[in-house]
Amino acid sequence: MIAQGFADPVLSGQKTFRALMDAMARPGSIQIIDGIKTAPEALGPTMSAVALSLVDHETTIHLDRRLGDDADVRAFLAFHTSAPRTSECANADFALVSDGLAMPDLAAFKAGTNAYPDRSTTLLIGISGFHSGRRYILSGPGIDGIATVSLDGARADLAEQLSANRQLFPCGVDIIFCAAGEIMALPRSTRISEA
Amino acid sequence: MGLLARATLSELQDLAQPLPLDITVLREPEVGLVLVRGRIGGDGQPFNVGEATVTRAAVRLGGGEVGYGHVLGRAPERARLGAIVDALWQAPDHRPRIESGLLAIDQRLAAEADVKRRQVAATRVDFFTMVRGE
Repeated sequence: MIAQGFADPVLSGQKTFRALMDAMARPGSIQIIDGIKTAPEALGPTMSAVALSLVDHETTIHLDRRLGDDADVRAFLAFHTSAPRTSECANADFALVSDGLAMPDLAAFKAGTNAYPDRSTTLLIGISGFHSGRRYILSGPGIDGIATVSLDGARADLAEQLSANRQLFPCGVDIIFCAAGEIMALPRSTRISEA
Repeated sequence: MGLLARATLSELQDLAQPLPLDITVLREPEVGLVLVRGRIGGDGQPFNVGEATVTRAAVRLGGGEVGYGHVLGRAPERARLGAIVDALWQAPDHRPRIESGLLAIDQRLAAEADVKRRQVAATRVDFFTMVRGE
């Protein structure tokens, strides 16, 4: 069954997009998202709102197994975004990963090329929250000095994965972590180490 | 859907009555452009005629039936009602009533097309090439 999208497609989409821009500009900051309450359960209100703001018919999406097996999620995304789906991580403009613990290796995704670093994958990763769990120290553009963040429900070797991703600069993937009502972005420019 | 797109507002209003109570609007009526393509030349090469304004809407009924409405021009109410009627048609309880209503619309359209054909036929001119007598 197709679930309802944004209550107000224009205003809600713009509001979510603004939060995404702030999140990308200030890596490690927590931005509030008005989620889509009617969204399919597997996708969750927050990731649904982010996905509907970013994805359209010109972007290919990759769904992890849990989302890809869910007919409601497929119908929801197909109806509201018209985005073509790909089973290959390496072809996806956006990858939706419902569980941060089961995130594939970042090297599996599209990193872009030196001529076109923008042709890379943006990952939306669902995690439990930003207020407990493993702590990381961030630095880089958009961060005054260093920032300390907590990620609950991310892969244990996340810092290694992201450091390897940082080495590819200007190529590499960008990550948007989605928890209940909150998002945090870690663009490819951010340096990360475990606290 | 072709019939629903050509139906008048009052026809759609009649068909959508009694209005179902459990309508979820998936897509509010929105106006946009579609590219109209045609074929030209002896071999039917596609070419772009131009853009046309369309209004589209989508609704879902309580039973999970999703109805789509697409109409030419700016006509939000016709798109919305068209989507509701499209969804109702998919519900077994409503289908016979909707079918008979659609049949009436089909007959009206056929009658109008017939009148037009007659009007055109009355002014028909046959062209033929004369061979110059040289």
